[in-house]
Parts: sequence; structure tokens; C-alpha cells
Amino acid sequence: MLNSKIPAGPLDQKWTEFKGHCKLVNPANKRKLEVIVVGTGLAGASAAASLGELGYKVKAFCFQDSPRRAHSIAAQGGINAAKNYQNDGDSVFRLFYDTIKGGDYRAREANVHRLAEVSVNIIDQCVAQGVPFAREYGGLLSNRSFGGTQVQRTFYAAGQTGQQLLIGAYQALERQIALGNVAMYNRHEMLDVVKIDGKARGIIVRNLVSGKLERHFGHAVLLCSGGYGNVFYLSTNAMGSNVTAAWKAHRKGAYFGNPCFTQIHPTCIPVSGDHQSKLTLMSESLRNDGRIWVPKKQNDTRRPNEIPEEERDYYLERRYPAFGNLVPRDVASRAAKERCDAGYGVGSSRQAVYLDYADAIQRYGKAEVNKRNIQGATADQITQLGKDVVKEKYGNLFDMYEKITGENPYEVPMRIYPAVHYTMGGLWVDYELMTSVPGLYALGEANFSDHGANRLGASALMQGLADGYFVIPYTIGNYLADEIRTPAIPTDHPAFVEAEKEVADRINQLMSIKGSQTVESFHKRLGKIMWDKCGMARSEEGLKQAIEEIRQLKKEFWSDVRIPGSVTEMNPELDKANRVADFIELGELMCIDALDRRESCGGHFREESQTEEGEALRDDANFSYVAAWEYAGEHNWNLHKEELNFDVAKPTQRSYK
Amino acid sequence: MEHYTMNLTLKVWRQKNSQEKGRFETYQVKNISSEMSFLEMFDVLNEELIREGKEPIAFDHDCREGICGMCSMYINGKPHGPWHANTTCQLHMRAYKDGDTIVVEPWRANAFPVVKDLVVDRSSFDRIIQAGGYISVNTGNAVDANAIPIEKDKADNAFAAAACIGCGACVAACKNSSAMLFLSAKVSHLALLPQGGPERKSRVLNMVAQMDREGFGACTNTGACEAVCPKEISITNIARLNAEYIGAGLVVE
Repeated sequence: MLNSKIPAGPLDQKWTEFKGHCKLVNPANKRKLEVIVVGTGLAGASAAASLGELGYKVKAFCFQDSPRRAHSIAAQGGINAAKNYQNDGDSVFRLFYDTIKGGDYRAREANVHRLAEVSVNIIDQCVAQGVPFAREYGGLLSNRSFGGTQVQRTFYAAGQTGQQLLIGAYQALERQIALGNVAMYNRHEMLDVVKIDGKARGIIVRNLVSGKLERHFGHAVLLCSGGYGNVFYLSTNAMGSNVTAAWKAHRKGAYFGNPCFTQIHPTCIPVSGDHQSKLTLMSESLRNDGRIWVPKKQNDTRRPNEIPEEERDYYLERRYPAFGNLVPRDVASRAAKERCDAGYGVGSSRQAVYLDYADAIQRYGKAEVNKRNIQGATADQITQLGKDVVKEKYGNLFDMYEKITGENPYEVPMRIYPAVHYTMGGLWVDYELMTSVPGLYALGEANFSDHGANRLGASALMQGLADGYFVIPYTIGNYLADEIRTPAIPTDHPAFVEAEKEVADRINQLMSIKGSQTVESFHKRLGKIMWDKCGMARSEEGLKQAIEEIRQLKKEFWSDVRIPGSVTEMNPELDKANRVADFIELGELMCIDALDRRESCGGHFREESQTEEGEALRDDANFSYVAAWEYAGEHNWNLHKEELNFDVAKPTQRSYK
Repeated sequence: MEHYTMNLTLKVWRQKNSQEKGRFETYQVKNISSEMSFLEMFDVLNEELIREGKEPIAFDHDCREGICGMCSMYINGKPHGPWHANTTCQLHMRAYKDGDTIVVEPWRANAFPVVKDLVVDRSSFDRIIQAGGYISVNTGNAVDANAIPIEKDKADNAFAAAACIGCGACVAACKNSSAMLFLSAKVSHLALLPQGGPERKSRVLNMVAQMDREGFGACTNTGACEAVCPKEISITNIARLNAEYIGAGLVVE
């Protein structure tokens, strides 16, 4: 039933084979073909720019006031690429293998290998665009290491890599806008997909300034709308990040792949109170140099600097000597939760662990003293030099920590705790990134395809740009080549009229409830259910309760939500209500998926399935598949399974010990 | 760090849309924690307004990490409020004490018309970038990334300029509503890199022309832009922009 369209042939030849034989569209025909791109983060901006360069007529949409604001901009640490510039044994195969293993053998081999292959082109492209990656004194590019790997393959621009990559893609996009190849629609939100004869042929959007609904035709529609971490209310996502575009596509027939695969990032600033609106990530790159610890004594209320070395438990180094502080994110997050649950947490909430830079400052300080050949350096001098090095590497992150907490991380260890960060699940796509609806594609975090059950650090940026710059420009031609005889369909076609009416009816229904509870309060309650019962640890009992609670919450939302203002104006509360209504439905599906997957893998930890040492225990015999859920009406889904075959990277129990 | 709560008086600019006239409204907010962010304080106020059946205050915000550049409040006469090198979303309430009055306005500039309340239209910045704020390289044209060594100092300076988040605080702070700091950051970022070389002259001329068309004012080197920039973009970029502009003007055919 599910055809993933993986090309035949050996793994490392599949992409070459595909490119050599896929259908092409000639330049004169490209001018007649219209493509809609929803979202302008790394995947969307790079896709819109690249397709515009090829000559397609592109329309791009974002809900922010400029495409440059998309949340890719907040990615900190870096982007992986198998360049092997460091001569430390990296290769396309190793990047492929690390990604499959890091994803706990729940990703599709062919997609991941392609990702590793094109990773090298991404760096070239970005440098050509003027992305100012960090460099060594010799003028060549610098690299650092990241969790789950033993080579240095991460390219970075201080702690602002996502910003620099997005600005590169944004500039390429603005160039295409100036050339007239891309029409840009800012402050527009997609509220439905329009299907004609089974194919995606356009979208309905709401102009967020005027409130008017608009119809847009496209021969193909690309959803590059990011992940759905905000289903947890508190996450490191931007406030506006939402699942709505993907969810509408799902309700129109696109299968949702592995919805329960959520990444909880180990190093975020802890929650400070009920007012908390979002959580802030401290880049994983901090684990390169920082050491994570808790006191050896339970409920220790001493200040961190008063706790002597021998009374500290560097629990990651203790449990995972081979990878230490650089274990993958899922492992590090669970280890932090385990310590806090056992009573060793720190800070006023006791829901935090320390990330300590004291050792790194000394180490770098001594290295600087040697480098500069300073005789008889004082302790203060060494510390200062060390702080300078740390500032150059991580300065913006340390500043951010200080602004939020009021504490100086150069002097006292940072307090960190895991938080929702990324969703590996997403719309199911085949090898060509097409969803189960012909002509409807999903790119970047919005699809499910490359990270399995856990994403490695610095791989999200890689995937977003791979999909947009180097995959979709080839695969979309394979579909559009057969569409050259389809003229643009006028938007007074009944399918457009009907889709717009559905959207308008739903908005009017929301506005007419005039209940007593705010949208925000519903979102918070949904988030709490999800975090408590579908978060870092999941159990059959908890998930069953969560499903009931979410269904109840949905009823309450649709009978008692209060949305102020009117439809025909800028109305951020209405925008939010549209999104939260979809998050509630998604939350239910996530719990159903988590309940159905009675194994632990990557970020999905079922309490019933763990080793004696408390590590995630996979069940390859029964669960080596992608769960692709088909929407079948209110509270109802059909499960389709895509079997995963590992011809090259044979599944083993992941070990980082 | 000691935490405390406070009661505050807010005077906030309310404006229904771009056509109607705006006015200040006064609000009392109570029990605000010093640990809250400034925008979380606005969230609290908005929740209260909705419960009272009133219209919440519209304001732009997204990442709340100081990087997307979407938040844009003019707080007590200063873009992004009192803290140095900071965005509104990263301003925290420990900057204030019990009983304070805080005046909040949108960015004020002809080239940034008000959309609603504290929300303004900054698409003029996008159009300045469209005029030449890029390197013309199609996907697939690139040579190996390490084929072009770049002096570390130059790369670092290019990065420092490229760190601009396009928030528009520089324009809001400037008495002439000049966009020179924003423009100079992009011109510098690309002029400092060898990849930006081929389009160096046309880029600066076209971008400046677009800035003028958008209705931004002239630069008089007051430096208010640099003082409020959340990313500490240096005013030396404006000097570089001027040099680039004059150089381009002298040699252009």
C-alpha cells in the first residue's frame, strides 16, 4: 500500500541512479508551472529560491512579517557535513551510519544516505552565498564535534549558525523575489489544502492583517512548515511555530509518520514559574566543553561552588565513559530526568542539573598561556584568558543565559533541564519527499524521514537545506513533467470555493463560541497533559489517560473558548485558536501512536520496555517500521506500516558506554 | 538572585489599524514576578483583558530568544527597553521595581507604518535586501568551500555585521529614521568577503537608492542606532558603507 519509491541498486548509488533517470521539465515549460511553498525557514526558503532559479513560478507564504524570521533562525550549534576537512576519519558513510544509529534504527536508509551525500554540497553553496562560518587563522573553515559522533564535522557561526544559514537562504529568496520568479506573501497563514481529482492543486490562506481568506493555485504544493513541538505548550520553538499546515494536509489525506517521535533536548534553561511562555535552549555544543553534574548527596542545598569536587557526580561521564558528556540527546535527557527524579536535582525547583565550565576555562586558559609563551602566569590571568576563549566560542549563549536567569555562567555553573525541542515525526513522505497526496510535498522538519526516533545535533539544518537546495529541485521535476499539459486552474473552481467555505465556517464557529476560557489556558492544559504523559517517559496507563483527557479538553475547547475581536481584522487570538484546535487533535494522535509502539527507541521511551540498566530497549522483531497514520474522521485513524529494511547499517543495541 | 513581585502602571499605544488614529491607554498590572520576561508581563495583561471582554494588545514577537528580530517595542523612549545589547523579548522584569510606570509605543518611522497597536510594517527592509543584499549564485554553482581561504579577521568582521537581526531598532532610535546601520551591516557583510566582490559596486548603489525610495531619513552620525542595537552592530559599518558608496560612484560608468 505504502510505496516509498526507493530506487533500486546499491545504497550509495541510489541517488545518482535517481538523478540520472528522473524526468526533466524543459525551461519553457517550467515557466508555465506554478509551485506553492508554505513556510520560509531553511527548507522553504532554500526550496523557493532554488525552484525560482530553475524557472518555476513560485509563490511563497509565511505567517511572520518577513521570511527571515522563520524559526530556523534560532538554531545555534551548527550544521553537519561529511567534508572530512579535519582528516579525522569522517566520510559520507560515517555520517550516514551515525545518523541511522543515532536515530535508533527507525529511519529510512536510502533517505539518510542521500542526506549524507548532499551534505558536502550544502557547505559549498552556503560559503558561496557569503555565509560567514567560523574560520581558523589559515583562512580555512573550522569544525567542532557534537553529540553522538566521534569526529569533528560540524560547521558553525558562533552560536548563531541557524541565523547565518537562514539569512543566506533568505537572501537567495529575496533575489528571486526581485527577479520576479517568486511572489512572497508575508503575514499569511495556510488554513487548508485544495485537492482536485485527488491531486494537491492549491491552498487557502488567511491574510493575517486584513483577515481575508485567499485562494492560491499551484501545480504542486510544498509544505515546509516546521515541527510541532509547541503541542507541549512549553518548548524551545518560537511562539508562532505550529502544526496547522501539516495538520490540514493530514486531514486531507496525507499520512502522518511516527507522530510520537519527539526530541527532548537535554540542555535548556529550566522553567522558572507558571508565567513561563517558552523555553530557551542552550546549544548542545556547550556539552563539548562543559561538564554535567549533580551533587552526590540527595537534596543538597549548598551553592554549587561550596560542593567539593569529590562530592560531585558527573553522571554522564560515570555511566557512559566512551561518549561522556557527548552522548546523544535522548540519552542525556533521560539521564538528567533520572537524577532529578531520584532527588539529586538542583536549584529552587530541584528540576535542574549543573552544566559547569570551570574546568574548560582553566584548560583553555593554560593553553593560551602556552600559546602566548607567558612566563609565570597568575591564576587570575589564566582564568581570564580561559574566559576570553570561552567567550569567543560561546559568548552569545552565555549572555543569553545571564539575561534570562540573572546569573553569571562564567562564575557559577549553569542550571539546565531537558525541554521539548524538535519533532522527528511529521508528514509521511516517499523518497521524492511526496506525501501520500500526489503533488503535495513535505520538506525539512515537517516530514518524518531522516532522523528516525532521535535526531543528532546539527542535523536539522543539514536536512532542511538538503531537502530545499538539493533534493526537491530534482524530485519535483519527476512529478511536474507529467503536468505540463495542465493549465493553471482558475480559483473559482468548485474545489477552491468549497475549501474556502470550510475554512470560513470553521473560523465563524470558533468566533461564535464566545465562552469563558482563553485560548492560552487551553494550550497550557494540553501542554501539561502531553508533558506529563507523553513526554520523556511514557506508559500504557498514562497514555490511555492522556487520550481521554485530550478528548475531554477538545470538547471543552469547542464549547467554551473565548476569542475576542472580529474575523475581518488582525486578530492574533484567532490565529492562535486555529493553531491550538489543531494541536489538540495532533496530541491525541501522538498518544495513540506512543501507545501503539510498545517498545522504546530513541526519544520514545516506554517504561515497560527498558534494559536492567534503564536504557531504552528496542523491539526490532515487532516494531521495525514507520507508523503512517491515515485520518479517518473524528478520533479515528488507520495505521499503515512501512517496513524498514537495513541492508547496510545492521541494527544493534545502541551503546555509548 | 533575589526574586520579587511588583505592581506597575503601563501606558500603551493602541491603534485599531493603519487608517485610524491611535491613543495611549493606561493599564494597571499586579503581582508581576521579577523572573518574568517583559513579553510574559504583556501575556499576563492580555489574558486579563480577554477575561474582561476587552481587546488584547497586538504586538509582534516570535522566537523570544532575541534572534528572529520580530519583537519591536519602544519602551520608555528606547527601542527594546533599558538593557544594553538586548531585544524586548529578552528584557526581564527585574529591570523594574514596584510602582514603576512604563510607556510602550510602536517603532516610529514613516517607512514603518503602524499595522495595529504595537505592530508595524517593516517590509521596506525586505525591499532594501531585494535591491542587492545578496550574492548572485544559483544553487549548484559553488566551488569547494575551502577553495576560498578568507582571513579570519575579515570573516569575523563579516560575521559581526551579518549578525544583524533586521528588527529596525536602529531606525526607531534615529531622529531622522535613517536605515543606515541596517543597510551598512548588509553592505559590510558582503563587501568584506571575496565572494561579494563581483557585485560590490552595483550592490551599494542600488541598496542606497532603494533606502531613499522607502522614505528613510539621512544619517547625521549621532550614533543612537549603535547605542540601541541588540546585536551591537558597529557604526564603523556606516563609515565602510560611505567609502563603498563613494568608491562605487567614482568608478561607475
